[in-house]
Amino acid sequence: MDIKVPTMAEMAANGQKPDVLFWVGCSGSFDQRAQRITRAFVKILNHLNIKYAVLGTEESCTGDPAKRAGNEFVYQMLAMQNIEVMNNYGVQEIVTTCPHCFNILKNEYPALGGKYRVRHHAQYLQELIDQGKIKLTDATSFKGKRITYHDSCYLGRANEIYEAPRKVLELLDAELVEMKSCKTKGLCCGAGGAQMFKEEEHGKLRINEARTLEALEVQPDIVASACPFCNTMLTDGVKGKDMQVSVKVFDIAELIAQGQGLDGF
Amino acid sequence: MVLTVIQSLCFILFVGGCGYIAFRGFRNVYLNIMLGRSADYTDHPGERWKTMLMVALGQKKMFKRPVAAMLHLVIYVSFVITQVELIEIFIDGVFGTHRIIFHAWEHILVLRGLYVFAINLIEVLSVLTFIVTVAFLYRRDMLKLPRFNKPEMKGWPNMDAHIILFLEMFLITNIFIMNSFDMAAAHGEYGFWISGMIAHNWEGLNEGLIEVFEKIGWWGHLAGVFGFLMYLAHSKHLHILLAFPNTYFSRLTPKGYINNMPEVTREVKLMLDPNAQVEPAASDAPAKFGAKDIFDLTWKNLLDAYTCTECGRCTAQCPANMTGKLLSPRKIMMDTRDRMEEVREKMDANKGVWVDDGKNLIENGYISVEELRACTTCNACVEECPVNISPLDIIMQLRRSLIMEDSNSPNEWNGMFANLENNGAPWQFSPQDRLNWEKA
Repeated sequence: MDIKVPTMAEMAANGQKPDVLFWVGCSGSFDQRAQRITRAFVKILNHLNIKYAVLGTEESCTGDPAKRAGNEFVYQMLAMQNIEVMNNYGVQEIVTTCPHCFNILKNEYPALGGKYRVRHHAQYLQELIDQGKIKLTDATSFKGKRITYHDSCYLGRANEIYEAPRKVLELLDAELVEMKSCKTKGLCCGAGGAQMFKEEEHGKLRINEARTLEALEVQPDIVASACPFCNTMLTDGVKGKDMQVSVKVFDIAELIAQGQGLDGF
Repeated sequence: MVLTVIQSLCFILFVGGCGYIAFRGFRNVYLNIMLGRSADYTDHPGERWKTMLMVALGQKKMFKRPVAAMLHLVIYVSFVITQVELIEIFIDGVFGTHRIIFHAWEHILVLRGLYVFAINLIEVLSVLTFIVTVAFLYRRDMLKLPRFNKPEMKGWPNMDAHIILFLEMFLITNIFIMNSFDMAAAHGEYGFWISGMIAHNWEGLNEGLIEVFEKIGWWGHLAGVFGFLMYLAHSKHLHILLAFPNTYFSRLTPKGYINNMPEVTREVKLMLDPNAQVEPAASDAPAKFGAKDIFDLTWKNLLDAYTCTECGRCTAQCPANMTGKLLSPRKIMMDTRDRMEEVREKMDANKGVWVDDGKNLIENGYISVEELRACTTCNACVEECPVNISPLDIIMQLRRSLIMEDSNSPNEWNGMFANLENNGAPWQFSPQDRLNWEKA
């Protein structure tokens, strides 16, 4: 089933302006697993009749992996192109499902002329929940399930957002359990700093393996994340331990969409 | 009388000599820090004072590990309060008096009581500190706490840690020698509880001998204090002083923030539009991208390096280190400091002028490329540091130099950069396919 997604260009052509730009990010656009997160989030937006739009083909990488690898040139080129596109549309509000996009848009774009109010979808969903707009029709489907939340470094330590994703998960009728390392001590999934795009250095084990072991220790049914890269790393980790049948890795948006009875899984 | 004058002269010469040597050490630390690039960390003074009070004075971040924090607090409080006794030692030393504060308040019983209370407090804290010091040695050498036994701690750093702990025991021992023999000499007049108990053991000793031992304790304590002061600039223990400025000059931006390089902004603007209005470069020298050596780092990075007391909390939380990679954030700080020391030694040998020695901070026995590559920029090290040091800030600047100066990059990253430039995505997908996710 195709979903209807308005683009900034279409809206501008109709003389309209959305309330919020949904910044999809490269992972959410191209990675097959992350596309499902994007679709889940858009289903929630559509369901709530939120006036949003995406940039579609006009969106580029924010430049985060280039910058963190040390290539400031490629980062700034991408950043300036993105800022030009967004400023031309008069963008003021952004929501994104990727903590890396969130961090760089919020913290590093302003000095290059890109000043927006940026929220991560964990914050955005929490606001919608607080406003009473998200009501779960299917929350009971999580009854008796154990969910453990994995903190993304770029949401947690980088921007001190620890509570919003947990508040979102509280909406589900599930048992929330914390891993040994959580919140400020949360263990990285191994993808940040452009590690996603290269082999790991030689070591005893992979970082995603170490984190997966911590997650499996609390015997969860679901490992929840709020970052498409963490999701990939943990999904791989769970598969590596042959636990993919009993332990599922989901984004918080997928869980909320599921709880709202918006299918697609 | 003559003896008193000689003693005062000895004291003044000793203190002056040691003070001068200590001053030279601290001056070198200051000069080394000033070798760094300029950077502004003076905005929001109110928030800075607050950070310093909470993190340095209040040791807020230490309490993430409550047991270690309590043990550390004992030494810290004891160190600060013991300085009260040092004031008296100074006055006695210069004027050849004895327990001047106690005797000066002969008729003001409230103040004398306060003095006796202070010394008693020092004695109680000293006993506690002695116990804690033994516990710290036990933790380091018997329990072999992993963070104290990483490869970068072998040799001098391990010796350094032991010297400090033994110096602390030496200081405390001398306090009790001094106070207990004083109690014995004055037949308990001072009313110090703990040294009073020890003094019972000296009963029956020759009075002259008691006086000699009291002097040994007095001079021993003084020697310990000044030995410590002279040693400080060469040890990892500088944090007792530098924790304060280092937390005042904290990075107040969110931890996820990494600065945009203005020299790159200028070039990118000109690349996108040759007629763009850009601010002229700060100097005519060709811009250097990122950092290769200590001179390219900021003074704050260098202050960070001197503030590091090698506790290893950063390394213990580093995901790369945890999974057996070479990277250790603590080693980044130690290498930065070692390179500064090397540079200073070479400058001193060359009348204070720096001549390029063909070395720098990357490789050359310092930070390896493999270490730099292993960082996930997760900020665990930054979060963990009890004195707000950022190893990540140094790692990022060195990474920039590798990529932008040396084109030293893993092949996979080269591919990613090419994809980003050509397709606007790190993978080889066409930008036209960006909205394909809406199709089921």
